[in-house]
Amino acid sequence: MAVPRAERVTKWLIAGPPLAFLLAFFLLPSLIMALASLRYPGEFGGLAPLAARPGEESGLTLENYALFFGDWVYAQIFAKSLVIAALTTFACLVLAYPLALLIARSPKKRRDFMVLLVILPFASNFLVRVYAWMIILGPMDLLFTRFAVIVGMVYVHLPFMILPLYTNLEKHDPTLLDAAQDLGANAWHTFWRVTFPLSLPGVFSGSALVFIPVLGMFAIPELLGGKDDWMVGNMIKEAFLGTRDWPFGSMLSLMLTLAVLAIAGAAALFARRGAPNE
Amino acid sequence: MPLLEIRNVTRRFGTLTAIDRVTLSIEAGEFFTLLGPSGCGKTTLLRMIAGFDAPDAGSIFLDGRDLADKPPEQRPVHTVFQSYALFPHMSVARNVAFPLQMAKKPPEEIAAKVKQALAEVHLEDKGASYPHELSGGQKQRVALARALVTRPRMLLLDEPLGALDAKLREQMEIELISLQRDVGITFVFVTHAQPEALALSHRIAVMRDGRVEQMDTPSRLYGFPANRFVADFIGNCNMLPATVSEATPHGLRLAVGALGEVAAPPAERARAGQAGVLALRPEQVHIVAANAAHELKNHFAGRVRDFLYIGDVTTYVVELENGTRIEALLANSAPGRARFFEVDEPVKVAWRHDAGIFLLD
Repeated sequence: MAVPRAERVTKWLIAGPPLAFLLAFFLLPSLIMALASLRYPGEFGGLAPLAARPGEESGLTLENYALFFGDWVYAQIFAKSLVIAALTTFACLVLAYPLALLIARSPKKRRDFMVLLVILPFASNFLVRVYAWMIILGPMDLLFTRFAVIVGMVYVHLPFMILPLYTNLEKHDPTLLDAAQDLGANAWHTFWRVTFPLSLPGVFSGSALVFIPVLGMFAIPELLGGKDDWMVGNMIKEAFLGTRDWPFGSMLSLMLTLAVLAIAGAAALFARRGAPNE
Repeated sequence: MPLLEIRNVTRRFGTLTAIDRVTLSIEAGEFFTLLGPSGCGKTTLLRMIAGFDAPDAGSIFLDGRDLADKPPEQRPVHTVFQSYALFPHMSVARNVAFPLQMAKKPPEEIAAKVKQALAEVHLEDKGASYPHELSGGQKQRVALARALVTRPRMLLLDEPLGALDAKLREQMEIELISLQRDVGITFVFVTHAQPEALALSHRIAVMRDGRVEQMDTPSRLYGFPANRFVADFIGNCNMLPATVSEATPHGLRLAVGALGEVAAPPAERARAGQAGVLALRPEQVHIVAANAAHELKNHFAGRVRDFLYIGDVTTYVVELENGTRIEALLANSAPGRARFFEVDEPVKVAWRHDAGIFLLD
């Protein structure tokens, strides 16, 4: 059956502005970035003019990609970033889950207050909070280590794990817990057979909200990490602000975006196979 | 020894006494119903049997053992919840397998028992489906299969038919009766719907405000209600305020307001001068044309005020000359009856001298 014309118009009116926003400020810049990664750097930063250099047919080159795939060091930094992001995500999950569960099972009146407490750290500046960790970790001789990086990452990203988990757990039907217990399940089995599987959508969205930003983070490794804790984000920042090689930085950004998309796609596939359709 | 014994159980929530010194026992193999309006404490009592709630005073014994220290997961008692509480992330077969897995049964045994349990509720081919793919009646059956698969000592059912439409409910009632007979497990059924309770139960405890008002078989509850509440709650009843003018072992003579003298069956505790009500079921009241012959002692003239045609029967509301309204039921299959009575038509209502029951205030 055809959708009435007026309804279609309304749909586009509603969906149009955000769609236009994403096109203009996400898709288009990504394309510009992809293109930039194929060009030569300008002499003092920026991009070289597109005019063909003497002896070459166009102003485009795959040089950056050759560099990236030609040297193990880049793959190693990518791998290290993935490991840090994975560890951070896991630590956030382990810390956030009991708290989210506690909030979700508190009396309704108290829940909003507890959620407020969770997002309260956002009220103070990000850099201030990271510097605070320097003051804490410094005297403990833990500053400028991989551990310090992960502590900082976990601290900053914890609310992004708690909130989706809480939103999911809060919707669980408490009768299901009664039913599990009634049918012979102790608290441990009730959690692993009922609560946890039902919370997987929350686990996945929380993990995405932590994993993806951590992968591209540069401030925390720069402030809390040592020289071995360079992550992809640091390389990208260095390319743009340090060596001023925009095409190289664009290439790295693009590779990072592709890596995130690949991982998100794999997770979505995995999630769809694990859980039945709604 | 009864299977379940509830002795002097009291449960308070703040200032509210949800269960007030309830004592009752349930025999093995019984279909026992806790019947009462919402807030009467029936669900609280059920939750205490299951172990989700604990008495403030009194004890509950199962097979002669006190249940006080047993958490729900250790009681050989399973519950069918009103919302069914099927695990949405598990297939039907995995839902039914759940209690067997918790009991650490070997996989071959689990597979065989799940198959058998699904056959018992006629869902052999739904094992791979997920709860959201099932109809209300099918969910209900999965919940039953899941609760019965380990053969508990007792099955608790918390208003399990409440969410079903009338036709399906009737069908499920019949299935519940035959299922209970086939598996031989004691059912404790909670409901506020009295037709359901009458249709299903071997015995019923009628509850109000945390107390058991009367406990008996359905037919005795219906025929011999112990008080006004039970008479009114179970089925329909005409309640005629009356005073005893004479009490003999053969019967009562009652003064019923402006109606005058009415004959009623004997009541044990009734003495002359006592006030109460004559509870009269509509089907005990005959309705005949005003000029028809009759030989009943209790008969009164009136006019049809309203009637409800139900199909098999018609309920007439007759207003007597003094303003009293009486409901009378007439089976539409009555032989030789040529027509209905119409509104405003003069009629006579009559009932046998041994019909009805006199209840003291």
